[in-house]
Parts: sequence; structure tokens; C-alpha cells
Amino acid sequence: MEVIRQKVGPSSADESSEDFRVRQLRARDMLRGDLEGQALEQYVEERVLTTTLDKAVSWARSNALFPATFGLACCAIEMMSIVAARVDVARFGFEAFRASPRQADLLILSGRVSIKMAPIVRRIYDQMLEPKWAIAMGACSSSMGVFNNYAIVPADKFMPVDVHVPGCPPRPEALMHGILKLRKMIQEDPDIGWRDGYHARGTEEIAEGAGEADNPTAVNVFLPGDTAGA
Amino acid sequence: MSTYREMEESITMAPVERLESDDQEQELLTLNMGPHHPATHGVLRLLVTLDGEVVRDLKPIIGYVHTGIEKTAEDKSYWKAIPVVERMDYLAYYFNAYAFCGATETLLGVDVPPRAQYLRVIHMELNRIMSHLVWLGTSALDLGAMSMFWYCFRERETILDLFEQSSGQRMHTRYFQVGGVIEDIPHGFEEKLRQFTALMPKRVGQYRDLLHRNEIVLQRLRGVCPLSEEKLLELGITGPLLRAAGNPWDLRKAMPYCSYGDFDFKIPVGTQGDNYDRYAVRMAEMEQSVRIIDQAMDGLPEGPFITTDRKVALPPRHELATSMEALIHHFKLVTEGFRVPPGEVYFPIESPRGELGCFVRSDGSSKPARVHMRDPSFVNLQATAPMTEGSYIADLIATLAMLDPVLGGIDR
Repeated sequence: MEVIRQKVGPSSADESSEDFRVRQLRARDMLRGDLEGQALEQYVEERVLTTTLDKAVSWARSNALFPATFGLACCAIEMMSIVAARVDVARFGFEAFRASPRQADLLILSGRVSIKMAPIVRRIYDQMLEPKWAIAMGACSSSMGVFNNYAIVPADKFMPVDVHVPGCPPRPEALMHGILKLRKMIQEDPDIGWRDGYHARGTEEIAEGAGEADNPTAVNVFLPGDTAGA
Repeated sequence: MSTYREMEESITMAPVERLESDDQEQELLTLNMGPHHPATHGVLRLLVTLDGEVVRDLKPIIGYVHTGIEKTAEDKSYWKAIPVVERMDYLAYYFNAYAFCGATETLLGVDVPPRAQYLRVIHMELNRIMSHLVWLGTSALDLGAMSMFWYCFRERETILDLFEQSSGQRMHTRYFQVGGVIEDIPHGFEEKLRQFTALMPKRVGQYRDLLHRNEIVLQRLRGVCPLSEEKLLELGITGPLLRAAGNPWDLRKAMPYCSYGDFDFKIPVGTQGDNYDRYAVRMAEMEQSVRIIDQAMDGLPEGPFITTDRKVALPPRHELATSMEALIHHFKLVTEGFRVPPGEVYFPIESPRGELGCFVRSDGSSKPARVHMRDPSFVNLQATAPMTEGSYIADLIATLAMLDPVLGGIDR
């Protein structure tokens, strides 16, 4: 058997011709300010990645969603098993379930929402700090599922939902797929939050008189227009 | 006034008598726990009256996952009601389905073939282990033992794989039919089942090693919130809670159904009726369930897996192409469903949480006139207040975990 040895790293011919040491020296020159003119231009073009702050922020947000510990019914058991060893959602960084809505930014509606429960769900959603997202897990919270009766209300009727995960209950893999879809949504379209999607600008929960310049006791919600990326 | 506000204001707290010796300077505190609380195992809401850290009174408020399942079942033909009924107690779906199917079969007078009965036993006992595993994982989480959750869910996944193999679904499998089961177990099921039954007793031993000599677990459980057998019987409590107090009441032994009489197994009982006994009884039940599964698999009879009565069970698929009669039966069953002779029946079975009974009244049509479930969680929840009165609020969490209520079953 023939063993071929070659250098690890960029393997194209012109890249490999440039030694690592040479690149190191050039980087040092750049930092010292010794690089000028054409050389500097070329260096910047090659080495610096530019992005907008918005993109960087949504990248960070999308990869560190904190779901609320909020189980409703059957789906809650499958929601628990995405944290367990087989599916292990911690691979993507969504394993930190928070019991307080104040610390969570993702509400997974895991199960059927009854009419009695709906105001409470809405209240929990309102208590979460913006930016926030919601996943309707399972058929019941998306469309009332097999129980098309007086007791159940679909989530879309009382709160904005970003992703619907079908199934009864959905497999843990399906929920994880939903979360990853949400991640992609946050990364690609940070501007399309639920307020825009539902034409809900101006419905922010603000105490009376808040926002007036002479009233310093403004509440802890953003003012209209300040909700960048929400 | 909104309906919600009306509902809230209709809640009355039981007046709590202050003891004479109490320090009159202190005030009682009413604490609202839930419906969104991680330790209530669902959407249970508790209004707790506290005297310092001591629970003086406790009022459970339920109905937050009321789904109208019983009413929905009345609107569907018998075989279409099975998936709705399954979703009540969502950790014991095989039991829900069996209670309903058993009641319907009793009304119909259908004989279930022995193979179907054994297959039902295998799946129900797997379900019992699965339910206890979820209970153990989440209860240990409440007590601060984090890693138990991962171990228990690892075994749970193995069981769900078996369910998926036999029925195609992980939860709410709709495997049980009126008259038998929907399909025979596939190739490879037995092998995986044997692997599981060989492994599970070892796993239970490992869980014990982790917990039963753990000082924190013992302090949280041993001697905490006991309730006497008489009091439990007065309240109608069944299942592991009653057995923990020393009463060996188990419907599998007391009134054998579904050929449970064929199997050799023991009923674990406790002595004190405290939280530790409740924990120990369920741990031992898992081992006994494994024994039953092994025996059922060993003695699995040959024969049909569903009744051959074409008025009740669907004809085999291949007959539809050749037999006009089969086609007619198929058409009748799928469009209208079978008609059940008038009458009413109560069919109790032993679910992981106690006596699960299904009451069905038939008016002779193809839809049940009334379906009612006696759900063990609902009855057992009554024991929360007598158990926890006078104990610390931290013990309330542990007791609630050991009570193992499933809100889907309570509210239905």
C-alpha cells in the first residue's frame, strides 16, 4: 500500500504555495500598520468578514432559544423526550428549559389548549420578554385535532404562532425539526416577527401614560417602534 | 364581568381554623401554585394555605385540560371512539383503549381470542413500565435527582420502539380493537422484547442503587405524608397508593380479566403508606410487569389475533378482492359501524394509577349513548389534602410527585 503524505489545510495550488509562516508575518504587519496600499486592500478583502449587527444578533438569538417549561398534555411527554438522550436537543443549544416565562423566549404549546386554559397561556406568552416565538406542537393546538368540540381552542385564535408541528403527538424528531425551522426563520427573516405578520404594531402591552416624556415610571416593555427584530 | 373573572371569583377557600396555641401575630398565606408550574406534573392548580412553611389547607382546581372526550365519544361510532378515549390518561393509552374495548366487548358478548388477550397483556404491561418510568424520571427531577430523568427516558424509548414496531405509533397507538388487536406482532418484535425484558430488571436494580440509599431521597420520602389504609379506602383511592399502605388490592388478582389469571406474579405492598412506600411499590411493580411479559411471550398461543366475527371486526384485506360478503361487511363497518345491543356495563381494569373503569351505556345504535371513565388520577387527587395537611410545602412537592396524577385523565 502506498502512503501519500500531504499538508493539511487549504489544498489548492496557489493557496498552499503560501506558507503558513508567510501569512502569519503578513497578519503581524497588518496589525502593526506596516501593510499599505494594494497589499492592505488585498489583505482586508481576503481576511475580514463583514456582516450587519442585525444578522449577528439574529444568529446569536436563533442558536440560544430558551423554551419555557410548559407542558399541557400528551405532547408534553414527547417534548420532554427531546431533552432526553436519544434526540438530545442540546446538540443545537435548545435544552435550557426555563420555568419562568420571564427567562424564556420560546413557548412550545405542547398539547391541547382548553378554553379555560387559553387566557393563562396568553398571559404566559405576554409575560415573556420580546423577542419571543411560539411553536404550536401537535394537532390539538394547531387545529383542535381529533377533538373538534366545544372544549378546545386552537392556538392561532388567541396568540401568534410561528411554527406548527403536525402529529398526534409529533415525534420528538418532528418537534426538533420544527425548532430548527424556527431557527432558520429567525436567521433569515429577523424582521418578520409576529407583530408584522399579524399586523399587530401598536398593540404592545404598555401601561397607561407610559411613553410620555414627563413620566419616568415606564414599564418594562419596549415602546412602539423600539422592538427591533421582534 | 368576563367568564374568566367569574370563574376565578367562584373559588372559595375552606376556612382554616387557627389553633389556640398559635402565635396570633402571624398571618396565613394563600399561595397559588399552577396551572403553569413545573412541579405539578401538568396543568394542576393548587391553592395552598400556608402557615409559615406548613401546609394548612390545600385545594386542587382542575379542568385546565378539559377536552370533552366523553362527549366526543358519544358522537362517534364505537370503533371510532377508541382513539379519542386513548387520549385521556396520556401515559396509559393501552389501558384507556382496553377499558373501552372491554366494555364494548362485554355488551356485544364477543369472545376475544386467547392470542389477542396475550398480546394485550404484553402491551399493557409494557405500558405500565413506561408509565412508571416517566413517573420515576419526573419525580426524581422534582426531588433534585437530575440524571434519573435521562436513564428513565432511555428505557422509555426502548418501549416506545416496541410500540412503534407493533402498531406504527409511539403514543396513542390504537392497537387494541373491539374483539382483539389490529395486527399481529411483526417479525423481530419478540427478539427485541426479549432483549428488553432481560435488561429491564437490571435497570430497575440500577435505579434502586442510585436512589434507595441516597440520603436526600430518603429524607424527602421516608415517613413523609403517610395516610392510613382506612382513610385511603374512605376516599376510594386505588392503585399503588393503596398498596403502599398495605392493602394488596389489585384488580389483576382480585377480578382477573384478559387472562391475567394465567400468569404468576406478585402484588408488591408497602407497610407505612408513606412516600417511600409509594416509591418502592412502583419500583417493584416494574419488575413484576417484566415477569408477566416474559410469561405471556412464552405462552403466546397460536390462532387469530382478532375475533372472526365479521359483524364486529374488519375482514382481512385480501378477502375484499374475492368475497362479496367481506366487501359488504367492510362497507357496513366503515360507514356505520357495528350496532351494540342496548344495555350498560362498567368495566374496571388496573391501570398504572389504580382502578380505571369504563362505563358504557348503549341504546342499540352504533354510537354509545354515554361513555364515562372512572379515572384513577381523579379519585387519587383527593388524597393530596389529607396527605399533606400539616407537612412542609417542600413535602407537598414530593407527595404530589409520588401521587403521580395525570391531568389528562383527571380533566378528560
